[in-house]
Amino acid sequence: MNTIFQLAWLIPILPLVGFVINGLGRKTLSKTLVGIIGSGVILISFVISVLVFLQIKQGHTDVIHYFDFIQLRSLSIAVDFKLDQLSGLFLLIITGIGFLIHLYSTSYMHEEDNKDFAKYFAYLNLFVFSMLLLVLGANYIVMFVGWEGVGLCSYLLIGYWFRNSDYTNAAKKAFVMNRIGDLGFLLAVFWLISKIGSVSYDQIFLSANLAKLSVFDITGITLLMFVGATGKSAQIPLYTWLPDAMAGPTPVSALIHAATMVTAGIYMIARSSALFSLAPITQHVITIVGLATALLAASIAIQQNDIKKVLAYSTVSQLGFMFVALGTGNYVAAVFHVLTHAFFKALMFLGSGSVIHAMGGEQDIRKMGGLHKHMKITSITFFIGCLAISGIPGFSGFFSKDSILSGAYEYHPFVYAIALFTALLTAFYMFRLYFITFTGKFRGTHDQEHHLHESPLAMTFPLIVLAILSIVGGYIGVPASLGGHDELSIYLSPVVKSVEQSLAHETEYVLMGLSSVLVILSILFAWVKFRNYKNALPTTWLQKVLENKWYVDEFYQKIVVEPVQSLSVFFNNVIENKIVDGIVNGVGKLVNYSSRQLRWLQSGQVGAYVLLMVLGMLILFFIQLFL
Amino acid sequence: MDIKLYIILAITLFTIGMIGVLVRRNAIIIFMCVELMLNAVNLLLVAFSKMHALNPSLSPTVASDAQIFVFFIMVVAAAEVSVGLAIIVMMYRNVHTVDVNFLNRLKH
Amino acid sequence: MGTYFSFPDLFIWLPLLAAFLCFVINKEQQAKTIAIVFSLFVLGVSVCSLFYLNDDKYLNFNNVNYIWLKYLGASYFIGLDGTGRLLTMLTALAFPMILIATFNTRQDKPRAFYGLMMLTQAGLMGVFMALDALSFYFFWELALIPIYFLCSKWGGEKRIEATFKFFVYTFAGSLLMLIGIIYVYLHTTGRSFGDGVYAQHSFALSSFYMSQLSATEQTSLFALFFVAFAIKMPIFPFHTWQPGAYDQSPTAVTMILSGVMVKMGLFGLLRWLLPVFPLASIHFKNVVIILSIIGVVYASCIAMIQDNIKRLVAYSSIAHIGLMCAAIFSMNEISLQGALLQMFNHGINIIGMWIVIEIIERKTGVKKISELSGLAATMPVLTIFFVIIAFANIALPLTNAFAGEFLMFTGLYHYNQWFAFIAGLGIILSAVYTLNMIRKVFYGSLNAVTHEVKDISWNEKLILLVIVAIIFFIGIYPQPLIELTKESVSTLLMKLK
Repeated sequence: MNTIFQLAWLIPILPLVGFVINGLGRKTLSKTLVGIIGSGVILISFVISVLVFLQIKQGHTDVIHYFDFIQLRSLSIAVDFKLDQLSGLFLLIITGIGFLIHLYSTSYMHEEDNKDFAKYFAYLNLFVFSMLLLVLGANYIVMFVGWEGVGLCSYLLIGYWFRNSDYTNAAKKAFVMNRIGDLGFLLAVFWLISKIGSVSYDQIFLSANLAKLSVFDITGITLLMFVGATGKSAQIPLYTWLPDAMAGPTPVSALIHAATMVTAGIYMIARSSALFSLAPITQHVITIVGLATALLAASIAIQQNDIKKVLAYSTVSQLGFMFVALGTGNYVAAVFHVLTHAFFKALMFLGSGSVIHAMGGEQDIRKMGGLHKHMKITSITFFIGCLAISGIPGFSGFFSKDSILSGAYEYHPFVYAIALFTALLTAFYMFRLYFITFTGKFRGTHDQEHHLHESPLAMTFPLIVLAILSIVGGYIGVPASLGGHDELSIYLSPVVKSVEQSLAHETEYVLMGLSSVLVILSILFAWVKFRNYKNALPTTWLQKVLENKWYVDEFYQKIVVEPVQSLSVFFNNVIENKIVDGIVNGVGKLVNYSSRQLRWLQSGQVGAYVLLMVLGMLILFFIQLFL
Repeated sequence: MDIKLYIILAITLFTIGMIGVLVRRNAIIIFMCVELMLNAVNLLLVAFSKMHALNPSLSPTVASDAQIFVFFIMVVAAAEVSVGLAIIVMMYRNVHTVDVNFLNRLKH
Repeated sequence: MGTYFSFPDLFIWLPLLAAFLCFVINKEQQAKTIAIVFSLFVLGVSVCSLFYLNDDKYLNFNNVNYIWLKYLGASYFIGLDGTGRLLTMLTALAFPMILIATFNTRQDKPRAFYGLMMLTQAGLMGVFMALDALSFYFFWELALIPIYFLCSKWGGEKRIEATFKFFVYTFAGSLLMLIGIIYVYLHTTGRSFGDGVYAQHSFALSSFYMSQLSATEQTSLFALFFVAFAIKMPIFPFHTWQPGAYDQSPTAVTMILSGVMVKMGLFGLLRWLLPVFPLASIHFKNVVIILSIIGVVYASCIAMIQDNIKRLVAYSSIAHIGLMCAAIFSMNEISLQGALLQMFNHGINIIGMWIVIEIIERKTGVKKISELSGLAATMPVLTIFFVIIAFANIALPLTNAFAGEFLMFTGLYHYNQWFAFIAGLGIILSAVYTLNMIRKVFYGSLNAVTHEVKDISWNEKLILLVIVAIIFFIGIYPQPLIELTKESVSTLLMKLK
């Protein structure tokens, strides 16, 4: 075995160690020490990940066995790590961006109490541990351990300010929604176990084992897995938790709810691409759901006024894009977009954190404006992020989005049209956000204006690094039509293969040109409209519907929560108390009642006893003589 | 003599005793009625014994069985009378009445 | 009598001795110490017994056989196999934990209280080790009767009503089982004892296994035994004694009831029901699984709207037990192994839950969720422990319950995927009610009830730490427990073939 690979277990264990130290020492350790431990362990993990990645890049891959989790005659589950191209790439994203966000947090969270500060870092480290477990696992069980683990950390971090009951409610919602998805994932795993008898990727993706699955099996398994992915990656119908999850501290939103955890669903499907490629029906479903989510979330984002909510819906929308890529069989493009999205979305979340920090906790963009003057680094990096997400040629988002769009075009022009429209909406709402926040006149209070300042280096440094990555990150996947080699898909080819693209270069040029021109137009439109933004209430009905997020939450409340609630009340009040317990108590009461009645026979009147005796004897005679 | 007459007599006596037990409330009379019923049975036993002992198909030991029983019953009845009268006397001493319905509660 | 000093004997006689000492001791307060010392001693014995797994002398049924009523073919016959070892270990572990964790609760008449507690332990140990139907029945009742006195003397306000219902209900079940036992007994072949005595029938477990009963006979006998076990577990619709009993019993007793005693029912299924009546068990398995699964969803739904924290945990326990029962009746290796693992895990977790609830109730005097709020601010350590235990209770990976529930669901799915799907709704619902409870009790702002509460003391910390350590150890490495019970599972499956 490779020497570096022998160290692979350290990658997830180090954050766990950080979690334990920070968690136990939350009362004794100083903030500086907590910050150093918290970020340091991630940095070391990152270094090891880079070394591992370099090995993988040279073509070394391995499955490392640690110990048996469960070993039965008919089932064996091992704790194994798989080091291959896909997990190597995700390792870099998680530890790299994770480190930057830890660094950022040391400054952002500095005003918290000592204890809470340590708690925050402990949770963040635990999250990184779970996420690493998720991508490193060599079977679905280890993945599931990480999968639920990140859900747990998300729950803990959303509810970080636990005194606020809205926040804890959002945390609960996130966990429960994720659990619904998890049930789908679990059922898929059970199905795999019952058909193949194994959970390890290497076993399942053997063609001999895949042949054991009927079309129905594969479709069912992949659909259930997709249900799992909709929970974690916030797709219709389980997406509503993600915008609410913005209740957590902003760096958490950047790390968990934009860059890493929500891409777990993408990772899972890319990992299982061998299965999904065999299930065309599932792929249709994924495409449709992804497309619908992208469009719905983008439309909502247009009318949101909370800076983080806009970014949240934008995340949901971008995740929808990734699912479109997965559905169209364009797995590499999905992974590519995960990567670039991690850069620019983390950048924008951290940027928004910087803004919120400067505004003293204010998140409503209607009360901002003209911030460019006061915080140049934040503003410029945010602008770069907006350009990247909009897909302006040359920025990272352009390449990944173009790859998704051309795949969609090949799949079906209609899919392409919707996706392109969504991309235009994306550019529009992102620049709406940018212009309202950073240009025009300041609309906040006087105190806030006085307080405005650029954030400290620990916060701006990650912004700058991420901004650079948002620009150059796309160059690892330059398509052949633009003279590149598409290195990403070559790198990933041993694990994940997209369907072959057969578009002529000319067509691709036309598509690229079309999208670029339209995107620029839509940015200009946003500039005209929001350059000098003045507060205005929504006027048309469409704006109101969008501002209220299509009333989806209310719909769920009516269609799911309330029926379950009333069913429970019915169970409790009627079935439990009246029927089941009624029968049990009824038996008791019956015995009681009959004794009370029979007691009258014991009247104490001797005559009555004798009369009964005589009657009894007469009856016996009667029976004896006549029957 | 026909056995029927004995049977009718015994039944009459028994019924008188039974009705007496059922309708009277004086403990002493009830007691006497019980004795009457016992003696009705005794009468019947003696009558049957007398009739069937002449039947040659039965063995001589069987013939006297019923009469021996009557003696047993008389002995037991005597014992019972002594206990029963004693109870009635005790009852009279305690509650100053021999009305059985007065003691209808099984406590106190 | 065995030629060596055996573990099964110690498991029964040590608690009995402790009970005796508690009753006769002069000073009231020493009873508590005696009970704790002896229960720790039992725990030590139980740990030692694990090291003799492969010793021939102790292998498989490590048994003691005293001839008791030889003309009836009954004997005091106890022994340990893997399942028994697992559950006696749970019992041995539960008692010291319960006694130490409730150390700060003042009981009146501690002599009687602790004496009865130890008597219960003896009964429970006996149930898990009995290899003779009459001994089994004896211990079954021995475990029940002290509980009755404990609840009716030291319980809450409505204790008489709740305890009466609990006692009569379970006792009715036991009597049905007794009828069943006698019937099977009359259909066993004889058994000869060493000194030339020959009994026409036998109560021994092995004779029960060999009784050749027809399918129709098995059907009615199955019903008799099953009702007894179903009431004890309890599964829907035999569960209504449970919330009241859990609510009204003193918490130490509730811990025994929910942590160990409900396992008697499940254990009964594994040892006395499935192998004795294999035909009927297979015939009825769908019915039982459906009942259990209804119970899972139904109890979870009811748990969601409970305001009384104790009733909430009671209903969640019904849901969990339902799942175990369904897994047992799925009758495959994976599900049985999962159910066994989960029997142990559930015992540990729910005792942890009750410890926390007991602390909350003792410190605030309140057990209504709606009246509590913000405890995380005043009791951070307790909150951390509780959150871990609660997440273990909803089977989060890396906690013990995940290993168990995963196996149970896999096995259930293997048997029928729709059953697994419906039972799986319980996974979601359990998250809903557990998180709701955490949110309302621990999060939010402080109120009048909670703002002056002190955090937990060292003995409570110690016990909760032990529980959390067990949770994580089994969650990460459940294999030792699986090894322990592997043989029993395959023996059972052989009998069901």
